[in-house]
Amino acid sequence: MARDESSVAGRSLRLVRSVAAGLAAAVATTLCGTGAAGAVSLDAILSDTPPAELSAYGFFADMAAQRPADGVVPFKLNTPLYSDGAVKMRFVFVPQGRQASYDADEVFDFPVGTALVKTFAFSADYRAPDRDLRIVETRLLLHREDGWHALAYVWNDEQTEATLKIAGARIDISTIDAKGVPFSFAYAVPNKNQCKGCHDLGGAISPIGPKARNINGSFPYADGPANQLDRWTALGILAGAPASAAAPAVPDFLDAAAPVDARARAWLDVNCAHCHRAEGPASNSGLFLTWGETEPVRYGVNKRPVAAGRGSGGRLFDIAPGDPDGSILLYRVDSVEPGIMMPELGRHLHDPAAVALLREWIAAMK
Amino acid sequence: MTSFLSRVALAMLLGVSVASLATAAEIAVEAGEGAAERLTEALISAKPGDTVRIGAGRFDLTDGLSLDVDDVVVKGAGPDRTVLSFKGQTGAGEGLLVTSDRVVLEDFAIEDTKGDGVKSKGSDQITFRNLRVEWTNGPDEKNGAYGVYPVASKNILVEKVLVKGAADAGIYVGQSENIIVRESRAEYNVAGIEIENSMKADVYRNVATHNTGGILVFDLPNLPVQGGHDIRVFDNDVTDNDTANFAPKGNMVAIVPKGMGIMVMANRNVHVFGNRLSGNGTTHVLIAAYPNEYEDENYMFVPRGVYVHGNTYGEGGGAPDGEVGKTISDISGTPVPDIVWDGVTTIPEYFSWTSAENRVYVDEAEGTTFINLKMISQLLLPWGWWPDTDISGYKGSLPEPAPVKLPQEGGA
Repeated sequence: MARDESSVAGRSLRLVRSVAAGLAAAVATTLCGTGAAGAVSLDAILSDTPPAELSAYGFFADMAAQRPADGVVPFKLNTPLYSDGAVKMRFVFVPQGRQASYDADEVFDFPVGTALVKTFAFSADYRAPDRDLRIVETRLLLHREDGWHALAYVWNDEQTEATLKIAGARIDISTIDAKGVPFSFAYAVPNKNQCKGCHDLGGAISPIGPKARNINGSFPYADGPANQLDRWTALGILAGAPASAAAPAVPDFLDAAAPVDARARAWLDVNCAHCHRAEGPASNSGLFLTWGETEPVRYGVNKRPVAAGRGSGGRLFDIAPGDPDGSILLYRVDSVEPGIMMPELGRHLHDPAAVALLREWIAAMK
Repeated sequence: MTSFLSRVALAMLLGVSVASLATAAEIAVEAGEGAAERLTEALISAKPGDTVRIGAGRFDLTDGLSLDVDDVVVKGAGPDRTVLSFKGQTGAGEGLLVTSDRVVLEDFAIEDTKGDGVKSKGSDQITFRNLRVEWTNGPDEKNGAYGVYPVASKNILVEKVLVKGAADAGIYVGQSENIIVRESRAEYNVAGIEIENSMKADVYRNVATHNTGGILVFDLPNLPVQGGHDIRVFDNDVTDNDTANFAPKGNMVAIVPKGMGIMVMANRNVHVFGNRLSGNGTTHVLIAAYPNEYEDENYMFVPRGVYVHGNTYGEGGGAPDGEVGKTISDISGTPVPDIVWDGVTTIPEYFSWTSAENRVYVDEAEGTTFINLKMISQLLLPWGWWPDTDISGYKGSLPEPAPVKLPQEGGA
């Protein structure tokens, strides 16, 4: 595996601009529509041979600042996937004149030529997570004529360009946690097959995030906060969506004002259900963690494991109601050991906030 | 013209397309500097028809490998010469994951994975041949669960593999269809060979020894595929399964007592014949219902149609182990008979009869010992209950399923 020995803490070149400021500037460009038309290269998106460099797509007016080009729309998810605490910046590009079709439950049906762009960055100090960002990779999901393709571009130290890595990479990250304690770990950029390890629906690559329930929330656009679903409709990139008030929504799992059950199910939906669903890579487990699953035994309540191995942690049930410490699900979400931890791809650290929420959720179950 | 035609004919015989023959390439990956990355990349960039040839030597991998391209052969220099070691693995749930069709994996070893050894998910025509999957530290609950692990796949051939040290099952076929497991060796695993929630399986000429249990045929509830049926287990050597159970608690196999030969739990139309069993301290053959409570109205917890015949039984049953061993021997005494049926049946059947195709039949040589524990009788009628050791009352037979034929071997 390629190793990038530089560290966040040791780097001289820093992005001092905050993410929010960068996004605001980006959105101003997008919405005013004054940027050069056709800045994004549809040819690059549709090519069988993907460009070796991220800049060739033209997604960004300013790559280092993550300021998107004309027609590239930033978005966020109500509850995001946990990726070792990475700060993520998401963008969608739908070719001019085309639209995604709305779906109440599944990912929107995006037209050919769509690009979903996700940039991963780490802060030099998580006491101020939006500052001093080091961008490590940008992942693309490109919708070509023959289906979706997943690609990862790894950024250089100078933060000027990112290059395609099909075999993945390990990148050493050194930073300071929210309590001020320095820590480091080897962050994994997924290889092409690992992308499909999560982005697999019935054997084909598929996006995961842009579902109505997870887009249906507010975004700080340049002209003020607005609902993303409504905005996508207004921008003409989404067709068939009801008014946001009539669409499903999951809460932010950190929103203490929302019911614990909804927060926990939202977290499981985003972090687990891409595999743990009837059409996903973990279908054989019979554990289905989608937001819409209503059968308790299917989302783990009093369900015995089938192939957990040492992942069982000596516990008998996926979820033992009222007994977090007797629940395999919590054991595996809390673990950072390969062979035990869940999700098994995409993280090396655990998310204490998620562990605390799931503990509270299971403890309250009868 | 002639050569083109013969090439087409050959291609059709081999079941591959002419196009893939025309472009087939060999991608060689030798040990040494950057080998892990080169191997990862070779498996990702292989084209249908290609062979990825892994050279002799040791490959130290820190991440899982995966193959998602159809019609690829991955071939090493032999199970003792090409060693993929995952001792330093930091990610992924298995050593090698295959998610494509018509794939052959042969002649290499996978050692010390943190999770499962080699897995296929959703593959059609997957062959595991002459592989070694081993946890080199011996039995340990921290070892991975499954060694050779096809799941939700169909047309599976497992042959001449050796699996040692799996904390669940050495060779585990789950939720799959059309399966052959043959001429393989499973030792020092919790379960040697396990066929679970699967249809149409032939398990023959294998050696299962020094596991906790030799060969298990199970059907479990709450899974997308259940109702396993048409299983033939024959001509295997199931001997000296004498390793203490080291499965982590919570896993189904954790209930298997040390010294279990062949165990059939739930399932339909299972034929156990011509096997050689000896040195299994709990019992040689156990036929049992699923023992736990469950919430699943589609699940049949009782074995339906089991036919045990023509096996040979050596010494055994002298050291019944664990809770299951105690339950049996409390009723049967020691040594436990060669064949044990828990006798559990559904409530309506208890009060009426079990139809011919759903019964348990035993037809063995003179001197073979047997017990029907009549467990449900014990539950319902504690005052009028006794076990049945009269083997002659279970004589009969069931029509045998046709042999499994696989397309990768020219079968239908």
